[in-house]
Amino acid sequence: MEDFVYFFTFQDPSILWVVLGITLLGIGSAYVGTFSFLDKKALLGDAISHAVLPGICLGFILAGEKNPVYIVTGAFVSGGIATFLSTWLKRNTKLSEDAIIATILSVFFGIGIVMLTALQKSGNPEIAGLNTFIFGNAIGISEKDLMLYGGLALFIILVLTFFLKEFRLMVFDREFGDSIGFPMKSISFSFNVLMILAVVIGIQAIGVVLMAALLITPGSAARFWTDRLGTLLILAALFSVISGVMGTYISFVLPQMPTGPWVVVFLSLIALISFLFSPKSGMLFRFFARKKYLRKTHREHLLKALYKALEEGRKSLPIEEIYELYPYHKPQTQSGIKDLKQNNYINQNQEFIELSQSGISEAMRIVRLHRLWELYLNESMNIAPDHVHDSAEQLEHLLTPELEALLEKRLNYPALDPHQETIPRDRP
Amino acid sequence: MTFDSNAFLIIFTGSLIAISCGMLGVFLMLRKMSMTGDAISHAVLPGIVIGFFVSGSQRSLEVILGAGLLGILATLMIDWLRKKARVQLDASIGITFTLLFAIGIILINLFAYKVDLDQECVLYGEIAYLPIDLWITKSGLNLGPRITWLAGLNFFFVSGFIYLLFKELTLTSFDESFGSVIGIPSKGINLALMSMVSYTTVSSFESVGAILVVALLVVPPATAFLWTKSLIPLLKVTVILGVLISFFGYYLAYWLDSSIAGMMVTVAGLFFGASVLLNRKRNSSKSGTSPLPQSFGI
Repeated sequence: MEDFVYFFTFQDPSILWVVLGITLLGIGSAYVGTFSFLDKKALLGDAISHAVLPGICLGFILAGEKNPVYIVTGAFVSGGIATFLSTWLKRNTKLSEDAIIATILSVFFGIGIVMLTALQKSGNPEIAGLNTFIFGNAIGISEKDLMLYGGLALFIILVLTFFLKEFRLMVFDREFGDSIGFPMKSISFSFNVLMILAVVIGIQAIGVVLMAALLITPGSAARFWTDRLGTLLILAALFSVISGVMGTYISFVLPQMPTGPWVVVFLSLIALISFLFSPKSGMLFRFFARKKYLRKTHREHLLKALYKALEEGRKSLPIEEIYELYPYHKPQTQSGIKDLKQNNYINQNQEFIELSQSGISEAMRIVRLHRLWELYLNESMNIAPDHVHDSAEQLEHLLTPELEALLEKRLNYPALDPHQETIPRDRP
Repeated sequence: MTFDSNAFLIIFTGSLIAISCGMLGVFLMLRKMSMTGDAISHAVLPGIVIGFFVSGSQRSLEVILGAGLLGILATLMIDWLRKKARVQLDASIGITFTLLFAIGIILINLFAYKVDLDQECVLYGEIAYLPIDLWITKSGLNLGPRITWLAGLNFFFVSGFIYLLFKELTLTSFDESFGSVIGIPSKGINLALMSMVSYTTVSSFESVGAILVVALLVVPPATAFLWTKSLIPLLKVTVILGVLISFFGYYLAYWLDSSIAGMMVTVAGLFFGASVLLNRKRNSSKSGTSPLPQSFGI
């Protein structure tokens, strides 16, 4: 707890620096990642992040020490080569995209490992720092590194914010952008540059192997909460900053722990919560919405059955006969009857059920929609009368009063449906 | 040049691993699941660590069981995210493997003082120590390097698996719905393939590392695919590539004094690059320049 207070009150200026760095970095990679997620190129980020390893080693060899400028440049160059190769291979070979990405990822990483082991055997004492690139160590970032990485992150954020319109076009409608004269190729190219930059600075904190999570997970988690790009970007950035700071905190408390894996665990936790509990598209919400809808349709089917009986001259139906109409659905039928009774649509008299006055008009509404739709399909769509029932069976639950009025007007307030049954209307 | 038994053992074991991975990789590639293979090879890590922790040794059944379970779990999780939570495929792969791999790394660090398993070993393995890691029976009989036996067993299982289920695998790779129609349990076949991939990853991870297994799963089949399109030659070329990769990989690593596994992958990459360039020439000389797709004239 003391650690917690110490960490989050930022008494130690170096902690403040690290948190600031990880915040900028998280926002930058979440922004870039969200765009690449929407562009369905999420795994390209994974390939790039594995592919920067040889560049890092090369930068180290050239500088002879862990110089951030050399390392960033090296990483940038090898990430660029990997990105270029992946588009080139896609155009010039018949390999599928995932095979290309997996090939580039593993070959570059293999070369990186060769260089890393060769470096380790060279006995340079500075080499220990290189290993942090594989799993990340945010706490180990020095102030000098931070200026460079934070600056680059800020650059990414600013570019993406200023050219939001252009990148939005790239993601959602490239052809349209082309046709109104935006240079889509250069926009794609500069986005790739930004993506490589984001990877290059991200690996400092999270490591080569897990960088993909920082690009992919915030965007896909945020996608569950909103449909608007602006909100999406802000949420993704927020998720990634929260996880970044939490991960840094863990490696502050437990120094032997690398930061990257913990950031990923927190991110995935947020994503899981989003998948399950977000309103509208979360799994739980969709499950209950479906349940509710099924209950509603069953209720309406019950009303319809009672109304049909009324048309045949039977004022009430025995409850057992209703159960037999829907074999194997007795519990649903029971709860449907209970709901209808609560709404005063039906009255139960001993073992007999009859429609109440409001029940009759509600049942008429549904039957009317059903028959209107059948007539519409038959007359306007030229569908044979024996083929229209199934569609009407679904649409009767969905047609809104506005659509109903429109149908009535189009069909000129008809009296009979294609099966020569009366279309019921409330007499005023 | 004299016959070096150590070199022979390493190349032999490397070939066995490369061939097992490559043959499975051909089917992964045909199913457009190369990245799933990548995801699985990352995702088995927590299984390996837990199995290691429970049993206390790398050579136990628990490790293989744990990894196999995690491999299947990863496949199911990707499927669940895609179908139930409606996340797009590439993102569900990315989320799954990063999460499982992260848990694996955390577990390694958590148990670091209890298990003799470090990040480097997981990342790039050490096939070079193979000749000194011998399998000696209780009666003191020296049966040769343990990892070679493991790789051999794995090779045996993989080739048996492919031989027995060849028809089913082929059919479900090319036409899943037709397979389902004539009564092949395509989901079961898919899960079986994924468990073979995870099992192969485990038995290879000590020698080539969990991540570089991916290269052996993906690169030889992709290279072979540039040369041929039919399945049997595809498998044959992949096998030949596997042997060549481990041969040149070993000698180059020996010459440069670096990681053998990493060098094997580098050699695989070189083969791939050469194949791309050669095929480009071959194709363009055969058919001339390909006509540009016609745009709509207005």
